[in-house]
Amino acid sequence: MVRGKLLPAAALGLLLLGLIVFPLVVTLPYPQHVMILIFLYAMMGLAWNIIGGYAGQVSLGDATYFGIGAYTTVILLRDLGLSPWVGMAVGAVNAVIVSVILGYPCFRVRGHYFAIATIALNEIVATIFTNWEYVGGAVGIYVPILPESFVNLQFHRSKTPYYYIALGMLIGVVLLNVWVGRSRLGYYFRAIRADQDAARSLGIDITRYKLIAYAMTAALTSLGGSFYSMYVLYIDPTSVFAFSISLLVVLVAVLGGVGTVAGPVIGSIILISLSEGTRVLLGGTGRALDVAIYGLLVMAISVLQPYGIVAWIRGLRRPPKTREVKVAGPAA
Amino acid sequence: MTPDLLVQVVVSGLLIGFVFALISVGLTLIFGVMDIVNFAHGEFLMLAMFAAFWLYALFAVDPVFSVLVCGPLLFVVGVLTHKLLIRHILNAPMLAQIFCTFGLSVFLKSLAQFLWGPNFRSITEPLLGGRIEVLGVFFGLPQVAAAVGAVLATGAVYLLIYRTELGRALQATSEDRQTAALMGIDTERMFTLAWGIGAACVGVAGALLSMFYYIYPEVGAVFALTSYVVVALGGFGSVTGAFIGGLIIGLVQVVAGFISPAFKMVVVYLVYMAVILWRPQGLFGRW
Repeated sequence: MVRGKLLPAAALGLLLLGLIVFPLVVTLPYPQHVMILIFLYAMMGLAWNIIGGYAGQVSLGDATYFGIGAYTTVILLRDLGLSPWVGMAVGAVNAVIVSVILGYPCFRVRGHYFAIATIALNEIVATIFTNWEYVGGAVGIYVPILPESFVNLQFHRSKTPYYYIALGMLIGVVLLNVWVGRSRLGYYFRAIRADQDAARSLGIDITRYKLIAYAMTAALTSLGGSFYSMYVLYIDPTSVFAFSISLLVVLVAVLGGVGTVAGPVIGSIILISLSEGTRVLLGGTGRALDVAIYGLLVMAISVLQPYGIVAWIRGLRRPPKTREVKVAGPAA
Repeated sequence: MTPDLLVQVVVSGLLIGFVFALISVGLTLIFGVMDIVNFAHGEFLMLAMFAAFWLYALFAVDPVFSVLVCGPLLFVVGVLTHKLLIRHILNAPMLAQIFCTFGLSVFLKSLAQFLWGPNFRSITEPLLGGRIEVLGVFFGLPQVAAAVGAVLATGAVYLLIYRTELGRALQATSEDRQTAALMGIDTERMFTLAWGIGAACVGVAGALLSMFYYIYPEVGAVFALTSYVVVALGGFGSVTGAFIGGLIIGLVQVVAGFISPAFKMVVVYLVYMAVILWRPQGLFGRW
C-alpha cells in the first residue's frame, strides 16, 4: 500500500507548491481574481459538504450564513473599529447561533421540505436585513477603507495577499473535512444520511448530530462571507444573501461529488472557470446568455453524471455497482 | 380597519388565492405522481405569461382567448421536460433531481432575458379592464376573470383526476408505481401526462395573470415560492389541499401586505415554517 499512497502524496505536494508559486508567476489581477473565487467557492462547497454531503441534508439556504459573516465583520469594523479577523470569529459564532435556532425547526422535516424551508428562512433573513436601517437597509454598507495590512485584511495595490489568505482558508477547510470524514462524528453523519431511522434506532441522537453538522457548515460559510466583504469592500442584502450563492455552493459540491473531499474542489474549479469563461466570452451584453449556458450545463450534468465527477472517476476503476455517493431520498 | 375595507381585503385575497391554487395544483400533481419537486414551476408560469403577452402584442389576441393556446403550449413544454430530462433521472439521487429542475429554471429565466430583455411589460388594454362595484366592494375585473378562469381550470383537473379512468390510473401511479405497472398501467405515459397537465395548469394561470400582472423574466420566482408554501400547507400530492391552501395563502398574503408590504412574503414563509413544525403532512397530506 505504500506505493499507492506515495504517488498521491507527491502529487498533492506538487499541486500545493504550484498554487503557492502561482501568484508570483502570474501577476495579472484577473487570473488571480479567478483563483480567489475558485478557492472561496471550493471552501464553501466543502462547508456545505458537511451538512449536505456527509449528513445528507440538502440545505439550499447557505447564503444566510455567508451574509451573517459579511455583515458581522463589516459592522464590527464600522462601529467598533474591530479588526476583520475578530469580526470573522464573531461572525462564525453568530452563524452557529443562528444555525441552531433555524436548524432546530427545519430538522423536524426531511427531503424537499427541508430544502424549501432553508430557502424560505434565507428569504426571511434577507427581508429583515433589507428593512433594517442600522445595517444600511437595502442600500448596503461601504466598508471603511483602512491602511493596507494583514491585521486590517485590506490590500489595495495587489490581489496576491487575498490569494494567499483564501488559499490558507481553503487548506484549513480541506483538513477539517478530512478530519470529519475520518472521525466518529463523520460516521454518525453518514449513518444519518444512509438511513436516519436506522441511525436513530442505533441510539444516535439524529437532531443533535444534524445540528452539529449544520453549525459547522454555517461557521465555515460565514468565514467565506467575512472574507468576501473585505475583498469586495461593499455589501448589501441582494449580494450577500443571494439565492444564487446558496445554489452555486451546492452545485460545486454536487458536480464534483457529494461526501468527498476532492469533489467540491474539482467542482469549484470547473464551475467557476466555466462561469467566468462564458461571462468573458458572452457576457457584457447584459442579456444573460452566459447564465443560460450555465443552466444548460447544470441540467446536462444532472442527467449525464448524477453521482458527480469523483464517483465517475472511481467508476472508471471499479464496477459501477459500488457507487457509494447515494443520498437518501425517495428512490423508486 | 373598517368593515368595508376588511371585506375588500378578504375578497382581493380570495381572488388571487384561486390563481395560487391553480398554480399549486400543477405543482402538487407533478410531485404526487413523480416524487419530484419541479423547481422550474415558476419559470413555466413566466413562459406562459410571455406567450400571452406576445400573442397580445403581435396578433392582438386578448388573454381571455389566448388562455386556450397557453394551456396546450405549456402542456407540450411539460411533456418535453419529462421526455428530455426527467425520464433520465427517475432513479437518480434526490440531489440530481433537484439540480436538474433548478438548472432548467436558471436556463429558462436567462433565456427569456436573452430573448426578450429584463424589462417589465404589461398588457396595456385588456379586454376585461376596469372594476365593478358590488355592495360597496370593488372588484378588479381582470382579477375576477382570472379567479373564475382559475376555478374552472382547477375544477377540470379535479374532475379529470377523481372522475375518470385516466385519473384513476394517475392516482394509482402516484400511490405505488410498481404495483400500478403490474396492473397494466403504462406508468411512463402517466409520468408524461402528469408533467403535461401540471405544466398546463401554470399555462392557464400564466395567461390569466398576464391580464393584470407585470411580465418579466424573474416573475416566476415569487409565485414559485408561494406555491411551494401552498403545496406544503395543503399536503404534497393533494389536489384538494392545494386548492384550500391556495385560498388560505392568498388571504394571508393580502392581509399581511395590507399591514406591512415589506414583510408580506415573510408572513407566508412563516406559515410554511409553522406547517412543517406542527403538521408536516399538511392539511390533507397522505403521510
